[in-house]
Amino acid sequence: MLEINNLQATVADKPILKGLSLTINAGEIHAIMGPNGAGKSTLGYTLGGRPGYEVTGGSATFNGQDLFELAPHERAAAGLFLGFQYPVEIPGVSFVQFLRESANAQRKSRGEAPLSGGEFLKLAREKAGLLRMDMDMLKRPVNVGFSGGEKKRAEMVQMGILDPKLAILDETDSGLDIDALRVCGEGINAIMRKSDKAVLLITHYQRLLDYVKPDFVHVLAAGRIVKSGGADLALRLEEEGYEAVVQETAA
Amino acid sequence: MTLELTLPTRKDEDFRYSDIEALRSVWPIVTEEIEVAADAEGALEIVETGAGAVARHVAITLGKGAKFDLRVLTAGPAYGRIAVDVKLGEDADFTLGAAQLATGSETLEVVTQVTHAGLNATSAQIIRTVLAGASVGTYLGRIAVERGADGTDAEQSVRAMLLERTATANARPELEIYADDVKAAHGCAVGELDAQGLFYLMSRGLTPPQAKRLMLQAFIAEAFTGAPGEETLSEAALARLEAIL
Repeated sequence: MLEINNLQATVADKPILKGLSLTINAGEIHAIMGPNGAGKSTLGYTLGGRPGYEVTGGSATFNGQDLFELAPHERAAAGLFLGFQYPVEIPGVSFVQFLRESANAQRKSRGEAPLSGGEFLKLAREKAGLLRMDMDMLKRPVNVGFSGGEKKRAEMVQMGILDPKLAILDETDSGLDIDALRVCGEGINAIMRKSDKAVLLITHYQRLLDYVKPDFVHVLAAGRIVKSGGADLALRLEEEGYEAVVQETAA
Repeated sequence: MTLELTLPTRKDEDFRYSDIEALRSVWPIVTEEIEVAADAEGALEIVETGAGAVARHVAITLGKGAKFDLRVLTAGPAYGRIAVDVKLGEDADFTLGAAQLATGSETLEVVTQVTHAGLNATSAQIIRTVLAGASVGTYLGRIAVERGADGTDAEQSVRAMLLERTATANARPELEIYADDVKAAHGCAVGELDAQGLFYLMSRGLTPPQAKRLMLQAFIAEAFTGAPGEETLSEAALARLEAIL
């Protein structure tokens, strides 16, 4: 589904990703872990197409398409969803309006008929229910006045509504209390654990992985994947720390 | 009805950024007088969406405890000038919400003179300007608090959004205060659309024009919040916005 080959990227002319390769197939859940400054969030933003994140080498192919040829909204329409670590507040625009327009913009570019107001609300209510979010919250301006945890749950509701093929979730677990972590984890499973979908979780900690069990865990350090393994690798990292595991690889 | 007969020049402070040639075509301006009696309420919508030059001057006098709600939408004219003079008596309340949308070589301006003449009167002005192309948008806003008008509460919130670097926004808030215990808050900002916000919206599938429209729609809506004709004003603004983007 996603094939990243020798990806190099800079932010403000500073090289951050230095030859990252990763293949994600349909039906798989991958977790990328790593210390601060390793380039985890840069990977998410580069794949999402955020301005200021410059690809200087390598490639990313998403379902046969060159990802870097597509503008951010085209990547979304192709089935890519980026869950933000810090969801942006947009005063004056309601979630309902924003998400209905987004969903219909994606549908239009895929040649599908738009959702009517009623159809959209039914879908939104169902997905909000999955994340135990009150529908009234979606009538409010986008993320304005939401707590950290509510913003992350709202990200997952958006993912449910937009129904992507691949979700890249950047530190969805940060700022969540224990209950919200479980709700988000169950939401990810319900929405994305399917044979035709895939997830890339970007995280610091193992705790989200208790709820969303990854098929593969990768360690990112200094802009490259230095180690890959199964779900047990995350447990080892938690126990021994990044430094020990990364050094063992270098030795 | 009063008439000013001599065409002003740009040396006249109130016409400093005007399109004088366009102004000539609609000169002289007939002042529209509105008086609101003590404890009465009034409202007016000024909606100018035609393409021709337009210049209006409204003078409003508010009696003791009177209230007035004025909303302005200028979106379309090659030259659009809306000048408003308001005189507030004791305990009077004045609200202005104005939005100007321009593109090409259009020149739009809102010029206000709000005079607090009595005790404890309140005024609130919200001005939102969206400028594309090489258009010019101006807000000149003078608040005068006369001697003895203690307890005045006067607010101005002025924001302009430049969609292209070739557009120009002018904003000049002025305060003249001769009374005590006065609250006069004014905020003024000229900026561009938040790039973070745009990326967030586009990452969900909105095209760049859709993302911009959504953010600008919210920006303009602030000028019409709570207006009796909020919905129709917003719709008219949106129609122009789509033409501009």
